[in-house]
Amino acid sequence: MGLEEEAGGSAKILPPTEQELSAELDTKLQKYLRGEGADLEALKDKKLKGQLFVREKLYGNSAKAAAKFEKWLMPSEGGYLEAEGVEKTWRIKQDQLTREVDILSSRNQYDIVLKDLGPYTLDFTPSGRYMATAGRKGHVAIVDMKSMELIREMQVKETVRDIVFLHNESFFAVAQKKYPYIYNRDGIELHCLKEHGAVSRLQFLKNHFLLASINKFGQLRYQDVTTGGTVSMWKPTSAAPLVKMLCHHGPISALAFHPNGHLMASCGREKKIKIWDLRKFEVVQTIPGHHAKTLDFSQKGLLAAGTGSYAQVLGDFSGTQNYSRYMGHSIAKGYQIGKVSFRPYEDVLVMGHSMGWSSILIPGSGEPNFDTWVANPFETSEQRREKEIHSLLDKLPPETIMLDPSKIGTLRPYKKREKPTKEEIEAEKEAAVESVKDIALKKKTKGRNKTSKRVMKRKVLIDKAKKPFLEKQMLEEGKVAGKKRNLGEETELPASLKRFVRKKAAV
Amino acid sequence: MKVKVISRSTDEFTRERSQDLQRVFRNFDPKLRPQEKAVEYVRALNAAKLEKIFARPFIGAMDGHIDAISCMAKNPNFLKGIFSGSMDGDIRLWDIASRKTVCQFPGHQGAVRGLTASTDGSTLISCGTDCTVRIWSVPVAATLESDHASNKPIEANAVYVGKNAYWAVDHQWGGDLFATTGARVEIWNHNRSQPVNTFEWGTDTVISVRFNPGEPNLLATSASDRSIALYDLRMSTPARKLIMQTRTNSIAWNPMEPLNFTTANEDCSCYSYDARKLDEAKCVHKDHVSAVQEIYNLVYPYFSMDIDYSPTGREFVTGSYDRTVRIFPYNGGHSREIYHTKRMQRVFCVKFSSDASYIISGSDDTNLRLWKAKASEQMGVLLPREQKKHEYQEAVKNRYKHLPEVKRIVRHRHLPRPIYKAKELRRMVIDAEKKKEERRKAHSTPGSIVTESVRKRRIIREVE
Repeated sequence: MGLEEEAGGSAKILPPTEQELSAELDTKLQKYLRGEGADLEALKDKKLKGQLFVREKLYGNSAKAAAKFEKWLMPSEGGYLEAEGVEKTWRIKQDQLTREVDILSSRNQYDIVLKDLGPYTLDFTPSGRYMATAGRKGHVAIVDMKSMELIREMQVKETVRDIVFLHNESFFAVAQKKYPYIYNRDGIELHCLKEHGAVSRLQFLKNHFLLASINKFGQLRYQDVTTGGTVSMWKPTSAAPLVKMLCHHGPISALAFHPNGHLMASCGREKKIKIWDLRKFEVVQTIPGHHAKTLDFSQKGLLAAGTGSYAQVLGDFSGTQNYSRYMGHSIAKGYQIGKVSFRPYEDVLVMGHSMGWSSILIPGSGEPNFDTWVANPFETSEQRREKEIHSLLDKLPPETIMLDPSKIGTLRPYKKREKPTKEEIEAEKEAAVESVKDIALKKKTKGRNKTSKRVMKRKVLIDKAKKPFLEKQMLEEGKVAGKKRNLGEETELPASLKRFVRKKAAV
Repeated sequence: MKVKVISRSTDEFTRERSQDLQRVFRNFDPKLRPQEKAVEYVRALNAAKLEKIFARPFIGAMDGHIDAISCMAKNPNFLKGIFSGSMDGDIRLWDIASRKTVCQFPGHQGAVRGLTASTDGSTLISCGTDCTVRIWSVPVAATLESDHASNKPIEANAVYVGKNAYWAVDHQWGGDLFATTGARVEIWNHNRSQPVNTFEWGTDTVISVRFNPGEPNLLATSASDRSIALYDLRMSTPARKLIMQTRTNSIAWNPMEPLNFTTANEDCSCYSYDARKLDEAKCVHKDHVSAVQEIYNLVYPYFSMDIDYSPTGREFVTGSYDRTVRIFPYNGGHSREIYHTKRMQRVFCVKFSSDASYIISGSDDTNLRLWKAKASEQMGVLLPREQKKHEYQEAVKNRYKHLPEVKRIVRHRHLPRPIYKAKELRRMVIDAEKKKEERRKAHSTPGSIVTESVRKRRIIREVE
């Protein structure tokens, strides 16, 4: 564990009172409850009410058990950095930290200088154990971060723009000059994804096993890596973007998402970082003064922004989504930071720059307690195999990519379906007629190609396209006419039948 | 300044020797699981599909009788055995595990209409259309060893002759009285050759009888004048009578809620009642179809359904004239499960095994069939890991079973064509009647036409 420096005399540690304990448990409980309970008062069905009541109680019990487990049974505590007196946290340098921290952690501060092979970009596996780095000039390396061992290093002899791991460290995808390629852990090329074209950025969705790529022409493609089929563009089930937001007054240079799924940070050329709330699509905070080329959120919500040769880390300490300066680090002048990435489950920030990559300590950025079934930094090969099989069984279909995934299983709000207005019907009819007019008719030979016949054929096609609309119109008119007819029936009946006409009821 | 950085030492998180177990660390934070609902949904879908793949409820048939099986009885002391009586007077004790006859009880001249075993399992009582009640002693050695070679016939201990044909018999729980029904309800003692007590109410045949498991002096009977009567042995007159629109064929008391009983009615539904409040049914269970044509009424006067409760009291099984066996939840209106086979003809009797895992059905085609109560259950001893996995799959499936894709898979059952058609026809008829009723209501003064609740609709009146 890290060393703790006491500033003045050590204060006496008093046992927390009952109220403090229960208040603490309450806040933890909120996290595990995942939102409000159902409103059971509005229900009229007693049987359903009883069943739901039991279920809500069970839910509360499980949240309480999870809160207690977190309080008493979690093995590690998070990191922190507290300044004392006049000190400010953002003025603390990495050398000062080296002195205070244990040897194992100080090994995480280093600079790797590789001058020749261009700006480096990097990616971590979800457990934070393996890192894939790629230099622009074709240098690709897989590193085991625990032992700082180089697993595989190769030179693909082409421009490399991006690199990502697939579901585990056995596979990675490299966006090379013309197409993205998928490689094995041993460096063997497995696939060349020709349809994607010249890709500039790659991302892997690990729950869906989808490799998303964006290329020079602005085409977004999703590729299922288990079956090899391309899914489609944008959202895999719709060809239009779900949401279009105007974020900045100029081009956007960097984007990052908070792990809770609600916050997004974006940086534009006008030197402002904006924090967006994605539930309401509005700006929560604007931080001036940074022109960040790269942004990344850590597991605990710290935001790293890389500008030139300076990396700034911002933190939200009051819990109100108000980001303020936390730490900063400048690497050697002249080195341009290309990508910042927090290492999962560690208090480490790795920056890929034009001369290699550097790693610094940012206390409090990583999640201290990992879950073995989610991501295990100490995974054995057996566990890795089992995890792969289980995640394949739980592979999500592309339809589950949605703005708010917690809506699955809830009721859709009732929308009254309105009848299409007259203009809409007209528009539909026009569209049908237009599409029919575009059809090219075959030109017949041997004297059968009379103009009059061609014109007649075209007319018949247009009438056929109009027919369903006209029928509907007739039905509507028939209904209206029928009502009118019923009222005027008396006048049309022959005299002998007049006795059977129902007299109008007296008012 | 105060600094602390996450620093994990490898030996705390990995095992020392390969004999040790791997260490598992948990963090239940929802932030680590961004798409947990989608993953749960996919798991529910897979669980539903797997359940359908593993659903093989039919275990085997017990072959031996040469005529239709008319009644069955469970031995309360012996899980593995079941008694069955057929229409030609043959009574057999079967060993369910090996599906073979242990011993036979020949003697009845006509059809055996009722079978019951005493609470200690040593005596078997049977009654039939040859106006006799026979008492047999069940050989203990046979029940313990289930020696297959000895298919020996056994002599009856006693034969009591009566005046009319007997229709049903049931033994008191924990006592030594048993009741037979035919022209009237008669209470007997094992040793006396004449009934100890007689109840008579009306002049119609009483076709079924059941003693209450919790209250040993209370019994329920159903008669062919469409009534259900409750009797108390300590009183000399019947306690209560309920008259319905159609005849009740069979009654079963809920073993876990002893004042509730469920009746199998000829209008293809089962009605659950609370014995204290008979003016309204607690629940109506409707899923059987009447694959009956009118002419059969004359040929098979004793047809339609038999009903038995599971020892858990949470579900009951019914066997019907439409050649299916259905399992209903005790408080639900629709069947959870339906079992059918091409070879199984009219089901005359069903029993739930005493460990709530199996269902035995006796049918017209002279076979007793053994089914699983839960079609996809893995029988045998399960590892705790397997058990947990089954429980998890059950829970996750129940959480999402209202979503359309999962619901489609969970609800899907293959039905034989005549039953499918009959169900559709019934649905159409019911819908048409409903529509007509609605229109009548809409076109008359509000309040003049009152729809009765389904639970009261079929009851004509209650008589003290």
